[in-house]
Amino acid sequence: MNDDKSTLEERAKYLPSHTISLSVTLSLFWWINSNYGNLLLLSLGASSILLVIYIAYRMNVIDHESQPIHLSIKIPGYLLWLTKEIVLANISVVKHIWLGNSSISPTLETIDASQHTDLGKVIYANSITLTPGTVTVDLVDDRMTIHALIKENIDTLRVGEMDRRVTELEK
Amino acid sequence: MLAAATIAILVVMLLAITRCIVGPTLYDRILAFNMFGTKTVLLISVLGFLMGRPEFLDIALVYALINFISVIGVLRFSDSAEFKVTPYERQSTKEGEE
Amino acid sequence: MNLFLEISSGICLLVGCFLCFSGGIGILRFPDFYTRMHAVSITDTLGAGLVLLGLMLQSPDGLVLIKLILILLFTLFINPSASHALAKAALHNGLLPREDKGANKGGDKPSKL
Repeated sequence: MNDDKSTLEERAKYLPSHTISLSVTLSLFWWINSNYGNLLLLSLGASSILLVIYIAYRMNVIDHESQPIHLSIKIPGYLLWLTKEIVLANISVVKHIWLGNSSISPTLETIDASQHTDLGKVIYANSITLTPGTVTVDLVDDRMTIHALIKENIDTLRVGEMDRRVTELEK
Repeated sequence: MLAAATIAILVVMLLAITRCIVGPTLYDRILAFNMFGTKTVLLISVLGFLMGRPEFLDIALVYALINFISVIGVLRFSDSAEFKVTPYERQSTKEGEE
Repeated sequence: MNLFLEISSGICLLVGCFLCFSGGIGILRFPDFYTRMHAVSITDTLGAGLVLLGLMLQSPDGLVLIKLILILLFTLFINPSASHALAKAALHNGLLPREDKGANKGGDKPSKL
């Protein structure tokens, strides 16, 4: 979060829609976990949600990073693609577990990320970590240090299918 | 089927706790502990279905959050001296199988 | 329809348990910390996902289904962060990963148990 860069106008521009999305999320979460319809408990829930929103506002964390609603149109397609990748990677890693230690070639390498925003980089890094076989160890500016179970995994990442999709996502 | 799943998850938890006890470095132990916690979440959910009491899912939800916070809380101390990997340990993890 | 749900839930539970078991074998078998992390990430993504999916197919009412989805979402959001934090702390404190050559030298003996 670049606090000095984001001016007051920018913060004001982000505020209403993100506050609404945060309160809707919190209300849904409260209702799912309690499932009460009684008026007293509902009002207690509403007051606790208001308290949480006030604290979040004081902490200055209600922004496009904690509530990425501008991604909500594109993200389901990306998640479907990511699920497919995770299933494929799982099969490969399970195969290597049963084949034994001679079949793996652990590597630690640094690759470039082409995203511009912090949010995009975090999505990319977390997608890499979520896929079995590759773990993001470090992220400095545009360079990520990746540990891979098999050398081919790094080559697949270098080709950049996932990188391209995340970059498309943030536009 | 649910009973079989419970037993399988218990076996996996046993494997994780083995690594937690054996683990040459501190990081192996934290990793195994994290895995043990995630498997506990699964175990609680499956047990809830096995006993016909889906209320157990609330406990599983809370356990998932506490597990994450405990791992991050332990890593908060990763600047301290116990977390430094000594040359002896480094050698033993690199050449432990010779 | 009910029988179909039962059977598919059974298959999901079975495959999920097999994946978790493979991860458990992997955490004992792999040579060093970083490779063990990949084994754990199997049990955290598809292993947990399939077990919870199997439970979702059996769930008696909607609220239980939503809670299971929440547990799955938390698992998927939390575990990458935890493993990234762990790997970063390990690398910064000087735990070096075994590179390719070491793996070939070590052969396929199980790691010390």
